[in-house]
Amino acid sequence: MSYTNEQVSHLIEGTLDWETVFRMLSMPKDHTRFEQYRDALQTKVTFKDRIVLPLSPHMYIVQTVNAKKWVVKCDCGHEFCDYRENWKLHAVIYVRDTEEAMTEVYPKLMAPDVSWQVYREYYCPTCGVMHDVEAPTPWYPVIHDFEPDIETFYKDWIGLPVPERA
Amino acid sequence: MNVINPLNKGSGDTGFADLLKNGQTLKQYRDGIMKRTADTGYYNGLEKLALRDSDPIGYEKLFSKLRGGLVHARETAKKIAASPIVEQEGELCFTLYNAAGDCILTSTGIIIHVGTMGAAIKYMIENNWEGNPRINPGDMFTTNDCAIGNVHPCDIATIVPIFWEDRLIGWVGGVTHVIDTGSVTPGSMSTGQVQRFGDGYMITCRKTGVNDTPLRDWLHESQRSVRTPKYWILDERTRIAGCHMIRELVEDVIRHDGIEAYEKFGFEVIEEGRRGLLSRIKAMTLPGIYRKVAFVDVPYTHPDVQVSSAFAKLDSIMHSPCEITIKKDGSWRLDFEGASRWGWHTFNAHHVAFTSGIWVMMSQTLVPTQRINDGAFFATQFHLPKGTWCNPDDRRTGHAYAWHFLVSGWAALWRGLSQAYFSRGYLEEVNAGNANTSNWLQGGGINQDGEIHAVNSFEASSCGTGACAVKDGLNHAAAIWNPEGDMGDIEIWEMAEPLLYLGRNVKANSGGYGKYRGGCGFETLRMVWNSHDWTMFFMGNGFMNSDWGMMGGYPSATGYRFEAHKTGLKERIASGGDIPMGGDIDPTHPTYERYIDATAIVKRDKQCITTEDCYENHDLYLNYLRGGPGFGDPLDREIEAIENDMNQVFLLPEFARKVYGAVFTEDKGVFKVDAAKTKARRAEIRKERLARAVPTREWMKEERERIINKHASVQVQHMFATSFGLSEKFTNEFKKFWSLPDDWQLLETELGVPSYGSVHRMDLSTLPDVTTVVQCEE
Ligand SMILES: [Zn+2]
Repeated sequence: MSYTNEQVSHLIEGTLDWETVFRMLSMPKDHTRFEQYRDALQTKVTFKDRIVLPLSPHMYIVQTVNAKKWVVKCDCGHEFCDYRENWKLHAVIYVRDTEEAMTEVYPKLMAPDVSWQVYREYYCPTCGVMHDVEAPTPWYPVIHDFEPDIETFYKDWIGLPVPERA
Repeated sequence: MNVINPLNKGSGDTGFADLLKNGQTLKQYRDGIMKRTADTGYYNGLEKLALRDSDPIGYEKLFSKLRGGLVHARETAKKIAASPIVEQEGELCFTLYNAAGDCILTSTGIIIHVGTMGAAIKYMIENNWEGNPRINPGDMFTTNDCAIGNVHPCDIATIVPIFWEDRLIGWVGGVTHVIDTGSVTPGSMSTGQVQRFGDGYMITCRKTGVNDTPLRDWLHESQRSVRTPKYWILDERTRIAGCHMIRELVEDVIRHDGIEAYEKFGFEVIEEGRRGLLSRIKAMTLPGIYRKVAFVDVPYTHPDVQVSSAFAKLDSIMHSPCEITIKKDGSWRLDFEGASRWGWHTFNAHHVAFTSGIWVMMSQTLVPTQRINDGAFFATQFHLPKGTWCNPDDRRTGHAYAWHFLVSGWAALWRGLSQAYFSRGYLEEVNAGNANTSNWLQGGGINQDGEIHAVNSFEASSCGTGACAVKDGLNHAAAIWNPEGDMGDIEIWEMAEPLLYLGRNVKANSGGYGKYRGGCGFETLRMVWNSHDWTMFFMGNGFMNSDWGMMGGYPSATGYRFEAHKTGLKERIASGGDIPMGGDIDPTHPTYERYIDATAIVKRDKQCITTEDCYENHDLYLNYLRGGPGFGDPLDREIEAIENDMNQVFLLPEFARKVYGAVFTEDKGVFKVDAAKTKARRAEIRKERLARAVPTREWMKEERERIINKHASVQVQHMFATSFGLSEKFTNEFKKFWSLPDDWQLLETELGVPSYGSVHRMDLSTLPDVTTVVQCEE
């Protein structure tokens, strides 16, 4: 099973026909997807750095063009931090911790009570895109969501050369 | 000095039964399998799958015959049941086990019971059931004991041993979700009790039938122990019929394919299941560490939570942190270190409910296959610390709605897996999570037929699903615990419950916002009708959300409750006046109240856990089923999608404007979104975000001050205190993250709320003659 680069590109855009999406869901996974996906994303971003791993719709681990460092980067070009660090600590945050702030986003009674739970919105400091919304109790540490083992993934799981890392 | 515990004497064990005809007890036999598995890493030491490799077609035929038979037995047996939970919702499941109690194959349905019935069989094995009460052909055992692995007491299992030529070769189990278990309050998942002792009729692997016939003492006792004996009787017949069909199927298969092939299959298919999970993980995910967390509000101080124990009257929060480690070989470890302690409520879960139940969820994402068996369990390392809500260390815990916490805990797993799918490019698999499957409308009294009755509306089986990375979640479509969710026909529910429908509508704004939004839930307005001495209560999330959004998407809306008494609807209906109909579309500007008496007693708040309250005919109850979480920044949502949502009343215009930045016009209720103006407005919103935000590390300084000053609600502090009490690791990580002074601590005793259970606890394993079965790392 495999799909064309065009189909993968449509998948990313959310414009792939349902029949193909359904096939993707129901058939065994296509082994070349990651490569196609990474390459398709590379054509969509405006920076020159090479994508190592997509993290979310607007965020990537990239290899910087010159220094070959792996960093977390927003698609607007904003560089957050080393890929092993928690990017949220390098973002800007807005915490919905009052009823007024909560009812900006949900009708009355349909948002959490802020003495139990708050919404923490993490934005890119440069472009203001919302990369994540955490919904923890007050006091909760900022969660370091994901520490991918990129070397094992490239080398042992999908048989691609690991991008150089300074 | 040898001290003989007098309590251990007189177990009445008879001599060695030699059920396996190999000179081994069942325990010795199971120990051997476990040892070979531990020593080699392959289930039962099966490095080679001899039968599958030598006769792949025969192997597949065996698989198809057995699996087909299991599904067929379920479909046939379910027609015997009268309970809509079983007959309409399909809350039943049949599972086939090998002699050691490991699951070979299961039917469709509530497949959480792959492990729970297996745990019961293992309990019988470990506690020498073969010596007493003995295990013979034609026997039936019934169990629903939550202290040995059942999820909640209303899942009643019938377990039948399978013999071939006088030799025990396996077991078949059937489970149905009964409508009432005779707990303190009616309904299958009630809230009024706070301990096992009020959780309903509890049966521990009891021999309830011989020679394929239920014993009379069992029938008499069990039927009067529950409120709904008619449903109970038919449910039991459903389970027995299914088990006997499957036993015959196995005998047929053996006659046709031979006992040797059958028994080989019964082991190889489990090893194949183990390998299947490893290869799925490698094919779909990414190695690394994923950290997610979920919470559930337990608001018990409110006067509408009337429990019999003063020490249960406190507000607390369930904490379920999960660290998923996906390893190089495709195996994984699920670590819940830091979870909060069990509590005085009915949401505690046995560790098997956790480790087994998880496959219900995984079968909808990582392993969408018919080959669900114990193999996946053997490929997974679970760390569920003893004493937590997911592995209680006290024999008093209540479990009637363990799902409340389980479902929420798994929401975090779904987000972890979805991160992997996203990074790998399998966007079609991404699911932001699941809805908190509630509200649960429950209650009882004298129904429209004049009989003692209990109800549990399974409309909750059709909540909104989480958003995907390429499309919205499904509206009112599914529940995590039963992938074949069905909200049921109004007409059937009206027959089963003395509650008329005044509306059944999609719940606006219930799905979490995002580039792709979560599926919306729905709401039904019910009017009590033709009942006597009727009660109802609410159960669901209200003050908190358990399911977060993903990658910039918002969590779904939280729950709230609406109920109304002394409505005057009887008179309004008689005089042909207007009555409340349809949805509670915008709770900021509610309308139901306009069509009931101004003197009506209305409860409209976030207290979504209540206990049995009195309802008279013509009282109202809003059953709001939750939506799913969203995916991606809402400012990326397509214009047409926003327009559609507004025009179908899935989204209130106010929030289209505030959350999505939509600029629109309205003409006679039809909305039109202006793309260019919206684009401009969105650019402004991004600027507004930056204007109100601060660098995370700046905010952390303020938050740290609040922690140092212990400025947080009691329930938040209580949650942290119980997690700290159970986990030094979590405590240290917390203190390190916030750079707290070494001597900083937070103890339950300083909170001024009852902390029964914080120090003194007693596990089931301390009872005489009891060997508990541990199936996780504690
Ligand atoms: Zn940016």
